[in-house]
Formats: sequence, structure tokens, C-alpha cells
Amino acid sequence: MEILNEIRFSMPSLSANESAARAAVSAFIVQADPTVEELSDIRTAVSEAVTNAIVHGYRGTSGRIDLVLRLLPDREIYIRVRDGGCGIADVKKAMEPLFTTAPEEERSGLGFSVMESFMDRLSVRSRLGQGTTVTMRKKLAAHGS
Amino acid sequence: MKVDIKSENGMAIAALRGEIDHHSAKSAREQLDSFIINMQPDVLSLDMSGITFMDSSGIGLIMGRHKLMRECGGRLEVRGPQESIRRVLRLAGIERIVRII
Ligand SMILES: Nc1ncnc2c1ncn2[C@@H]1O[C@H](COP(=O)(O)OP(=O)(O)O)[C@@H](O)[C@H]1O
Ligand SMILES: [Mg+2]
Repeated sequence: MEILNEIRFSMPSLSANESAARAAVSAFIVQADPTVEELSDIRTAVSEAVTNAIVHGYRGTSGRIDLVLRLLPDREIYIRVRDGGCGIADVKKAMEPLFTTAPEEERSGLGFSVMESFMDRLSVRSRLGQGTTVTMRKKLAAHGS
Repeated sequence: MKVDIKSENGMAIAALRGEIDHHSAKSAREQLDSFIINMQPDVLSLDMSGITFMDSSGIGLIMGRHKLMRECGGRLEVRGPQESIRRVLRLAGIERIVRII
């Protein structure tokens, strides 16, 4: 993978960092001059992945969340969100629309659906007891198009 | 997120401002629920024109208030969401359940 630019950061699993992660994404992505819609889609997808790490990954505990943001050739944005939390027993099932293990907390079960529909590619790797890594990519529209 | 509720003759408007995520939804939920339970409005209108960001936590916030309003014999509606927020609402199919103006 040819990487034109990259920033990485790590944060504790505090819910206040949901907005901090979005702010970091906005700051990094402006260099690629996204449309308002593209920026909002990417911010929403990152917010979902970071929230899942906090709410589900580190449920009842706390830990660190690592975020990697990359600018790839052809105006492609690459985002990786990793937690060292509880992991997901059945990723396929977890990704089904409306599936949630926390309905009593008003989780809608739509986090993965949002990531899938707002980004071009989504991959989820998880191991029980070890954590979850969510990787997403989105190509920004060519300039002047 | 800021919540500012005004009410007259059973018709209440809650103006929401800022960003809705899992972190900010918690206190908004508490404020809205205590208003609904204490005041029992016929209609609660969520004015979302001042919301600049919303992820799927906002879906839970809206659906939860919709259910509570129904239990109290009233109705919830949503007003004025900007385009990026409408996309999240559409993905969730909210417009089939709650009136969006
Ligand atoms: N990082 C994670 N660690 C552990 N479990 C997760 C993680 N992300 C998602 N999940 C599981 O996948 C389910 C679906 O996630 P999502 O689509 O975002 O819906 P929601 O967050 O509303 O429950 C969650 O309820 C949870 O069980
Ligand atoms: Mg989620």
C-alpha cells in the first residue's frame, strides 16, 4: 500500500473521545479537500467505530483505542480503528442491520450499517478476548468532477 | 449538545443544538424524559435544525423518546434536520415511524 500521508494516535476509551476522534479526522482530511457530504460521511463512520470500541469493546472496563488515518493515491482515505477489548463472537451476525447486544441502552444496531453505507469498503477482524479492528476506505470524488 | 424546551397548551418544542453522539445523548435523554414524564405534552417536536452532526446514537435517542411519548399518550415529531442528518434518518427508516418535517 503506497501511503502519501499518515497520522496515528491513541486515546483512552472515554466517551468524550468520540468527538475528539471526529475532530482529528476532519483535521487530517481537509488536505484532500473533500466535499461537505464526503467529510460528514467519514466523520459519521469513524464515530460509529470509535463508539463501538468504547461501548462494546471495553464494556465494563477501559483500555486504549488506536486510530490510524491514511491518505492513499487516487484520493482514497484509509481509516483503521483498533481496540484491545472483548472481541466479537460472530462478526457476520454483529454486522446484520438492527443486531445489537445492548438494546436497553438505546443502541440501534445500525453502527455497522452506517459504516457500510457511508464508506466504500469495510472490513472487521475480531478475536474473542483480544479485540477488534475495523478498517474502512473511501475514495473521494475526483477534483473538478 | 444543548436542549432547550418550550411548551404551550400541550405542544412542546425541544430545540437541540450541537452534535449527537453516544456521549452527548445521555444528558439529552435525561432532560427530555424528565420533561415528558412531568409535563405529559400531547406533541413533542424535536427541532433538529441546530444539530450539526448525528451518528446512530441519534436514532436510539429519537426512537426512545418516540416510545416514551406513545406510552404517555402523545406523539413525537422531528423538525428541520439538515441533509447529512436526514441521510442517517433515512438509513434507519425513521420516517416510516416518526413524522419528519
Ligand atoms: N469493537 C467492538 N467490540 C465488541 N463488540 C462489538 C464491537 N463493535 C461492535 N460490536 C458488537 O456488534 C454489535 C452491533 O454493532 P453496531 O452495528 O454498531 O450496533 P450497536 O452499537 O447499536 O449495538 C454490537 O451490539 C456489539 O455486540
Ligand atoms: Mg454501534
